[in-house]
Amino acid sequence: MEIDEVRKVASLARLELSDQELETYGQNLTQILGYVEVLNEVDIKEVMPMPHAVDLQNVFRPDERGPSLNRTAALSNAPKTDGQFFQVPQILEQKDA
Amino acid sequence: MPELYEQSTESLLSALNAGDLSSRTLTTACLDRIDQLNKKLNAFVSVNADAALAKADAVDKRRATGQTIGLLQGLPVGVKDNICQAGVATTCGSRMLHNYCPPYDAHVVEQLNAEDGVIVGQLNMDEFAMGSSTETSASGVTRNPWNPEHSPGGSSGGAAAAVAAGMVPLALGSDTGGSIRQPASFCGVVGMKPTYGRVSRFGLVAFASSLDQIGPFARDVHGAALLLQVISGHDTRDTTSVDSVVANYTGQFNQSLEGLRIGIVDEHYGEGLDDEVEAAVRRGIERLESAGATVKSVKLPHARYSVATYYLIAPSEASSNLARYDGIHYGHRTEDFNSRNDGLIDLYCRSRGEGFGAEVKRRIMLGTYALSAGYYDAYYLKALKVRRRIREDFDKAFAEVDIIAGPVAPTAAFRIGEKMNDPLAMYLSDIYTISANLAGIPGISVPCGLTTNGLPIGLQLQASTFSETTLLQAAAMAETSGDTIGVCPVA
Repeated sequence: MEIDEVRKVASLARLELSDQELETYGQNLTQILGYVEVLNEVDIKEVMPMPHAVDLQNVFRPDERGPSLNRTAALSNAPKTDGQFFQVPQILEQKDA
Repeated sequence: MPELYEQSTESLLSALNAGDLSSRTLTTACLDRIDQLNKKLNAFVSVNADAALAKADAVDKRRATGQTIGLLQGLPVGVKDNICQAGVATTCGSRMLHNYCPPYDAHVVEQLNAEDGVIVGQLNMDEFAMGSSTETSASGVTRNPWNPEHSPGGSSGGAAAAVAAGMVPLALGSDTGGSIRQPASFCGVVGMKPTYGRVSRFGLVAFASSLDQIGPFARDVHGAALLLQVISGHDTRDTTSVDSVVANYTGQFNQSLEGLRIGIVDEHYGEGLDDEVEAAVRRGIERLESAGATVKSVKLPHARYSVATYYLIAPSEASSNLARYDGIHYGHRTEDFNSRNDGLIDLYCRSRGEGFGAEVKRRIMLGTYALSAGYYDAYYLKALKVRRRIREDFDKAFAEVDIIAGPVAPTAAFRIGEKMNDPLAMYLSDIYTISANLAGIPGISVPCGLTTNGLPIGLQLQASTFSETTLLQAAAMAETSGDTIGVCPVA
């Protein structure tokens, strides 16, 4: 796998990787993707994909209000908070009035 | 009189029930054992002695005043560190969650508390349950109590090691591709993956949601059955939780296996299977035969594709599930951020690059690739179709037999470090366990012998979906008619 392609996958995955990591994962992915080529031997014509282990249909419940976390609990693990909100870096430019 | 940490679940329960043993005494013995051995084995990442003793006292008090006691009767239980307990650090073996303290209990934790289990602490694991050796944890390597130079297996290696070393009689793990059964085999304890949907995953940190299932570890089949009884059942908070009656798992032991049909699979005995493991497994199957079962050959022609199928599906689901770790709501956020030059995307990428370890990154990369435009059909979708072929094989086999018996892993516990630089070799250690997760069927590992080097070997039994009762019954016979592997020496 070309290093540019590895870099693209890392960017899709939102992972900042060092050059050394990019090289290692490139080699690993090449090896693993080579191994999974074995699946080409299997006859999968007219086979339905199996995304889940049990064939569950849609599960519905009444749309009723139930207990939920209060604000303090919901914010208790926030890396940065003002006690009211999760704080994130500014993402919109501030225009002077 | 054997030490408390050597006694069977049944004898502990009857002593508790008769008032000959208090939960405080038993819990204290477990805490002492942890004190004595954890430095060496690193099975527990955290221990909550005060909460455990308070719970034990509460159970003892209720027993003394003749009130109803739950099924676990004050037995100590360890919990894998990816199962949430309100107010208790749940780190998943990751730097990403090193300070994460869930504000709620997992369904299985609610069940443990309701049935009077005494939760003593959180157990080490491979980071985000991705691994087969418990070497990738941010909390360090866990060692095998039978020989500390060897791995306890993984990803629930802490749970297996803790039960093997007598630190707790019972523990909860999770199994996505063999993460309960393989460490149970390596550590000489009983470990079971229930049918997909039998146990609610509410409060289990997600790895691969179409495969993950919580299950019990115990010293013996009785203990595993008891713990399964406690955690099974419907829960509306996990939409994959199946709403069907929970059978009585503990009432079926010591029955003849007359009429039970056991299948053996030629594909299991191929290249890579260690000779000593094969011999012990074959002896285990012969013992089931002498207990009345009939044995015949069945075919699982697609079994050889299970590792390739799994290592596309599981990383794909993981890359999606782990997208939630972005440094915003909880988990690690980078300090290395300059609002002048960096944007929100840089915050995500750097937080994730710092927070995740090597194996987790590798799988996120693999899954992202397999799901990305242009590759989805060739990798992910193809794997989902082969998955159905694997399931169809089991459906055909279970029309002919009740149980499939074979090895848990190709070898006994490998050495620490042996496979760390070869991800594919590590993945192949799951070759016999993975297909049960892909098909959703239950499987159990029961000790069936020791290698000449004194390392345990496990026998794997698998059954059709929701046949846990039959599975446990057969496992109990394999155990009682087997030559016992003896007490772990904690070398």
